[in-house]
Amino acid sequence: MSVEHHNGNGKGHAHADHGHHELPFWRKYVFSVDHKVIGIQYAVTALVFLLFGFSLMMLMRWQLAYPGQPLPVLGKLLGETAMPGGVMAPEFYNQLGAMHGTIMVFLGVVPLAVGGFGNFVVPLQIGAPDMAFPRLNMVSYWAFLPGCILMLSSFLMPGGSAQSGWTSYPPLSDIAPTGQTVWCLAMVLIITSSLLGSINFIVTIVQLRAKGLSFWRLPFFVHAQLVTAFLLLLAFPPLEAATVMQIMDRVAGTSFFLPSGLVVSGEQLKIAGGGSPLLWQHLFWFLAHPEVYVLILPGMGIVAEVIANNTRKPLWGYRLLVYSVIFIGFMSFVVWAHHMFMTGMGTTMSTFFQTTTMIISVPSVVILTCFIMSLYGGNIRFTAPMLFATAFLPMFAIGGLTGLPLGLTASDIYLHDTFYVIGHFHYVVAPGTLFALFAGIYYWFPKATGRQLNDKLGKIHFWLSFVAINFVFMPMFFQGMAGLSRRLYDPTVYAHGRGVQALNVVISWGAWGLAIAQLPFIINFFMSLRAGARVAENPWHSTTLEWAAPSPPGHGNFLTEPVVYREPYEYSVPGKTKDYSPQFQAEG
Amino acid sequence: MDEKIYGWWLPPDVSVHGAKIDQLMSVLHWFMLLLFVGWGVFFVYCLVRFRARPGHVAMYTPVKGIATKYIEAFVVVVEIFLLFGLSTPVWLAYKNNVPDAKKALHVRLVAEQFAWNFQYPGKDGKFGKSDPSLISGDNPLGIDPEDPVGKDDVVTVNNLHLPTNRPVIVDVSSKDVIHSFNIPVLRVKQDTIPGQLVSVWFEATQTGHFELACAQLCGLGHYRMRGDVLIDTPEDFAKWQAENAPPPQEEPAAAAPEKK
Repeated sequence: MSVEHHNGNGKGHAHADHGHHELPFWRKYVFSVDHKVIGIQYAVTALVFLLFGFSLMMLMRWQLAYPGQPLPVLGKLLGETAMPGGVMAPEFYNQLGAMHGTIMVFLGVVPLAVGGFGNFVVPLQIGAPDMAFPRLNMVSYWAFLPGCILMLSSFLMPGGSAQSGWTSYPPLSDIAPTGQTVWCLAMVLIITSSLLGSINFIVTIVQLRAKGLSFWRLPFFVHAQLVTAFLLLLAFPPLEAATVMQIMDRVAGTSFFLPSGLVVSGEQLKIAGGGSPLLWQHLFWFLAHPEVYVLILPGMGIVAEVIANNTRKPLWGYRLLVYSVIFIGFMSFVVWAHHMFMTGMGTTMSTFFQTTTMIISVPSVVILTCFIMSLYGGNIRFTAPMLFATAFLPMFAIGGLTGLPLGLTASDIYLHDTFYVIGHFHYVVAPGTLFALFAGIYYWFPKATGRQLNDKLGKIHFWLSFVAINFVFMPMFFQGMAGLSRRLYDPTVYAHGRGVQALNVVISWGAWGLAIAQLPFIINFFMSLRAGARVAENPWHSTTLEWAAPSPPGHGNFLTEPVVYREPYEYSVPGKTKDYSPQFQAEG
Repeated sequence: MDEKIYGWWLPPDVSVHGAKIDQLMSVLHWFMLLLFVGWGVFFVYCLVRFRARPGHVAMYTPVKGIATKYIEAFVVVVEIFLLFGLSTPVWLAYKNNVPDAKKALHVRLVAEQFAWNFQYPGKDGKFGKSDPSLISGDNPLGIDPEDPVGKDDVVTVNNLHLPTNRPVIVDVSSKDVIHSFNIPVLRVKQDTIPGQLVSVWFEATQTGHFELACAQLCGLGHYRMRGDVLIDTPEDFAKWQAENAPPPQEEPAAAAPEKK
């Protein structure tokens, strides 16, 4: 491979040294080592999976709104095993549920937030020509994609795909059909991909920063990605180990997660026994709680960039934000067992974990306060990315606040495993992270393509999504307060479920409406790709380094080696003619 | 069953310990609403007041965050109060003050895909021995027929009969996968985990017919793993126990004085 960069000091310019010999198509766009191409590969793959994962949920919403009624048209197409007579089978419902969760988290949001935005933006924002290990970067995408395809192929297995929830609690997952083995194998590939990526991010951010770019001059987005990379690096290995153990339980007859004396459908299981179902829960949540912050931190990073740019003033409390995000990173490793309060743990353990949970809410409050205070005194431009970033604040606030009753043991007795939980984490991840990611797409699309997304269509996309998404998730809090359990194929079996069934109809129509609300985005995306307004390198009049590179940046990113002169968000500096003083210009 | 008691908020609480949980829930939601509305008003004010318009410029110098420090301190103080003033004491009191086993009604629960099997001890107050290898269609709990202690035990499936005003201790476990024993009106939830025996207790204050739900995904029949909770007056409950006790077999008196 000839496209190596001089990584030693990070100041190498492949561009000048290597001339412009054209790479063949498959090296340039398929097995590319260019961080921008890999970032776009991740982002496009992730967007497709987000749509797919959402579609699974839209199918489930039919059964929830109209239990036992045949689904028109589509019901027939999905076949007799999945939907006999057009009515969803309970096992198919469970498959859709497990795969929705898995796809949205591991194949959608994280790959878009870290693989997509991280890869594309981080090297540009730190003034590097590429990632520290470009070939490792390529390997990481090419471990991810087969993992995704394998995950989807599990639908074709006898007995269908994984159906024990995205959490895959044994013993249920240990005795589930073959699809669960495929789920485990796919997870091993996806986790490996994440681990390779996280090492690459850490080394890149530490080693390849441009001259003058000290840690206190890094854009907040880079800080968020750095903490995220550490979380992935440290939290994923236990889950990878646990996943391999689950594979062993399923195919090699071990009993890591199986206690003695199991009797399934009247038959005693022929296993050695002696294992512990709770061991899986500890290993799983030891990843999956930091994973929650992997889902949210890059989103917060994007929101910070967009807010600073559109309020035309420095971020309020930049250092406080950085300290908070680092503190969250550390704390996220000691809160995992708050997912397990109902397992019968001792009071010492539960008191410890509810205390750490309350502590970790404090930096989140600080971050939110910093963002809102950043609005104060601004000159706010309501561009499409800014609308999404603005809406992130109240939506994340709802998600965060409703975490309180779940993090406190006494109220969790009632709310644990109800729809309240679903409402809570979806507010964090859907109108929270996903809105932030949309803000990022509208914000960096011009950098990636050299063309602007249509602002009017963007605003239509925002308003429709904003209204619809609240119809989807707000009613869930009321269902949860009524005591409705999650993951129920037919909630009307219960009297307390019948009491809130009307809300299921509202939620389902909200979800279908939310799908329609994505049409302006999809149209905008393809239309602007071909015919969007062309832009120069810095269309948003921004201050950070990625806007010093051409739009789109060529291989090697920058035409001249960038040098950093100041803090990242020097907007509206008194006495200057422009209302922005870029990091990369000596005379702001 | 009275459907009208179930609406869009907490169903009525018929337990002794539940009032404290409901109180915490109410305090929490008022606190959340206060914070959200407070933040929201300021947020909307900022968006309107500082919108871009001709002649308006942004402030470069950050405002002093005195108010925010107070607000953050307020949030921290309230959270400390919620944690150590409300949640932890309620949880500790509930978990540590397990009622006296002698006075309480003791029930054993073994969950399975997709049913709730309850075992009530007879007059001796002791459960008969059981073994997973003895489990069959007729004997869902695997009770040892050779054990004299178990002769007078009553087994019910999907029906939990309880008296009012008497603590009930349920020893929960599962024979296959993880389920979760959840009675919303009694503010009780406990995962039933195979290989693990956990006790959970509660005391009902009102008679009635309520629902027992499974709260943990346990397979394709998870949604229909529903049980009935039938709370009777102590007299009616005693009557039910008497009616359902197995007919006394040879020498019923011999079983009673037996010691472990």
